Amino acid sequence: MKILIKNGHVIDPSQNIDGVKDILINGKKIQGIFSKGKSPSADKTIDAAGCIVIPGLVDMHTHLREPGYEYKETIKTGTMAAVKGGFTTVCCMPNTDPINDTISVTEFILKKAAEEGSCAVYPIAAITKGEKGEAMTELEALIKAGSIAFSDDGKPVMNSLIMRRALEYSKIFDVPVISHCEDLNLSEGGVMNEGIVSTLLGLKGIPKAAEEVMVARDISLSELTGGKLHIAHVSTEGSVRLIREAKTRGVNVTAETCPHYFSLTDDSLKGYDTNFKVNPPLRTDKDVSAIKLGIKDGTIDVIATDHAPHHYDDKNREFDTAAFGISGLETAFALGLKLVEDKVIDLNTLIARMTIAPSKIMGISKGTLKKDADADIAIIDMKKKFTVDAGKFLSKGKNSAFNGWKLKGVVLKTIAMGKVYEWE
Amino acid sequence: MPRDILNSKEIKKTITRITHEIIEKNKDIDNVCLVGIQRGGVLLAKKLASELEAAISRNIEVGSLDIALYRDDIYIKEEQPIVRSTDIPFSITDKTVLLVDDVLFTGRSIRAAMDALVDFGRPARIQLAVLIDRGHRELPIRPDYVGKNIPTSFNDRVEVNIDEEDSSEDSVKII
Amino acid sequence: MLESKDLLGIKELRADDIYHLLETSDGFMDVLRRDIKKVPPLRGKTVVSLFYEPSTRTRTSFTLAAKRLSADIVNFSLSSSSVVKGESIQDTALTIQSLGADFVIIRHASSGVPHSLSRLLNISVINAGDGANEHPTQALLDLFTIRAHKKKIEGLTVAIIGDIAHSRVAKSNIYGLTKLGANVRVICPPTLMPAEINQLGVEVHHSIEDGIRKADVVMTLRLQLERQSKGFLPSLKEYFNLYGLTSERLKLAKKDAIVMHPGPMNRGVEIASDVADGLQSVILEQVTNGIAVRMAVLYLLSGVKE
Repeated sequence: MKILIKNGHVIDPSQNIDGVKDILINGKKIQGIFSKGKSPSADKTIDAAGCIVIPGLVDMHTHLREPGYEYKETIKTGTMAAVKGGFTTVCCMPNTDPINDTISVTEFILKKAAEEGSCAVYPIAAITKGEKGEAMTELEALIKAGSIAFSDDGKPVMNSLIMRRALEYSKIFDVPVISHCEDLNLSEGGVMNEGIVSTLLGLKGIPKAAEEVMVARDISLSELTGGKLHIAHVSTEGSVRLIREAKTRGVNVTAETCPHYFSLTDDSLKGYDTNFKVNPPLRTDKDVSAIKLGIKDGTIDVIATDHAPHHYDDKNREFDTAAFGISGLETAFALGLKLVEDKVIDLNTLIARMTIAPSKIMGISKGTLKKDADADIAIIDMKKKFTVDAGKFLSKGKNSAFNGWKLKGVVLKTIAMGKVYEWE
Repeated sequence: MPRDILNSKEIKKTITRITHEIIEKNKDIDNVCLVGIQRGGVLLAKKLASELEAAISRNIEVGSLDIALYRDDIYIKEEQPIVRSTDIPFSITDKTVLLVDDVLFTGRSIRAAMDALVDFGRPARIQLAVLIDRGHRELPIRPDYVGKNIPTSFNDRVEVNIDEEDSSEDSVKII
Repeated sequence: MLESKDLLGIKELRADDIYHLLETSDGFMDVLRRDIKKVPPLRGKTVVSLFYEPSTRTRTSFTLAAKRLSADIVNFSLSSSSVVKGESIQDTALTIQSLGADFVIIRHASSGVPHSLSRLLNISVINAGDGANEHPTQALLDLFTIRAHKKKIEGLTVAIIGDIAHSRVAKSNIYGLTKLGANVRVICPPTLMPAEINQLGVEVHHSIEDGIRKADVVMTLRLQLERQSKGFLPSLKEYFNLYGLTSERLKLAKKDAIVMHPGPMNRGVEIASDVADGLQSVILEQVTNGIAVRMAVLYLLSGVKE
């Protein structure tokens, strides 16, 4: 079936396109982008006047929780939440149960996604067996089965020798090793950022150094080995500085951050609301500024969600024992738009950080509206306002740190591999 | 419109008269002790005690009693009653305790005071001296010694000003 | 007049509220001096204590305070251990409310538990200690004790020595003393000093000699014996050598300085026996005052209408 999207403001950073254009979709592929009035006929027409038309967003850091934690989220509900948020590709982390460290789990995820998923799902496999940090997984087998990158996310690889070997070995396949940078000894027992707020609240803090020592270590290891290092969920000023400096030296490192790290500080925790409990934790104003600058100057290549859905019971308990994580797929783009509104970055940059940049790092052909690319498109009304209502999320995880926020940027339609989802 | 009821001279005369009534009514004056009810009765009790001591040349024991914790309207009032000090540094058991208050109104303060006293000991008898009886009793309470009976309407406020040192400005008014 | 139906911490109180509590406590001290230590204002009211951490003295103190006010009191004693997972705190608290309690007194190892209960319940919630956050009634009785000896708090120099980072007693006292205008000095090894604590308006000292000089009040805190095993200190012996309150060190404070401790004491660790039993120690008075202060808290909270 041919679908024509006309009159929309098309922005595709991968091709430097930024203007009012029409896009023609043929089945599951993009047939082409045309100037106004020059497009061929179609079976169905979508009028995108007043909206931006961009490549479907690519989230390289999501937790779909299946297999094992289906009560928190499933591939079905997680991908529904993704498309609602304008995402047409998600890369899911391996800290499921069982962990994605064998081909059977990779295959299970892909099968489920094909049967019940609403968008493309790329599994990320574990670096070490069981994420125990001791023995490397069989990278070749996992890649063959369909995993595209490696991470022990949720945990760091504490043993530097193991991390070194992983980075070296991964070079055979030229796949990214995604590092969750946290020194478990420094962060032990911590539940929020260590600082005056943790002192006021009487909660054990996680010092910024817990992240920074591991960022520094991993950068050194990447330098030593030449492996493709990607730093997950950057949260501190010090980390940004280390990454920026490493890049100037040509180290093979990329980095991502998440909307909560540029939208909130640890002040939000006054009141002990567990919806703000996340790892790495919300930091301070200085860190937020540094992250914004990092997004702007490219030190931080990607804005990912680290979508971490949790069941009500896992969050509705005393702060110390509540689960870490924020359900973020359905608010990510609008929060990114705030950066554009506040003139931190321009719209083009925002879209690039959420489409072509993650795609390139993961080595997938997504995040672009090139001819013959997958028909993955998001149509967004940037001026339309909405109030975040976590209770209405399509994700099972209602644990949003932004409940009640008034934001702009409503995804009106998402097209995933040619299938159209209409939201409003 | 404020009405003057007693001026300082009249108050002094009233206290003197009550003193003599107390002596007349209590043969066993040695066994009498005074307890002033916070706040209005405390100074009054002290003044009565001084006059009694002067009249009989013997020491009279005086104490103060806070009734906030014994009130029956703690959960009804808008503001919570402030807890003040209770100081009864002598035994009241087998004594004649003379409760002293400035204004007798519904009688509930006196009931509360008697409840409090019972926790301190077992007096032989309890008598009541008030400067003003303004009527509107809600409980069966009657004073033994009254300075002056004044009819009031329920919503009137009776203001008693008694100074510890300088009694020249002492007064009782209806507001 | 107190504004909130709950007492969650000193942080939430205004200086006026604190003074009102202290003055009301004066009245209750009178009650404690009588033969019959009982007054009726909470007659027919029910107080339930929910202690997830073991405590003899605080719980007993609250129990006596409630009984002296003629309230009925019931004690629940449970384990905080997440290993022993039973009914959720919320369910337990709602059950207590449904049983007709008017007050719940809660102690828990996790900071913030009283706060979530205060939002969940209609009845009054009193914090008897939550994690490393606050222990408001302890601070109130400490302030009451200081005031009894020094007449006013403003302008006093108070030295607090001990494991400040893990001490909710220290925190509540810091908030209370600074609100009432005292100069607070915190003294402990850097490993036990909370992050950025100077932002609370206190002087940070790592030397007890410097910190205790000319102090009006010296408050020592319990050092939990496990701090050594967790790597905060090389040994308890070293802690005593550097920070133990001995009579020699006490001489550096003012001659009429008072020595305080919330109890229970580790003699020979944070405080030398001769100081604990010495003339300047007001440690046992703190215990007595605690009942009057807790009576005042219960009394004043019972009058808050929401």
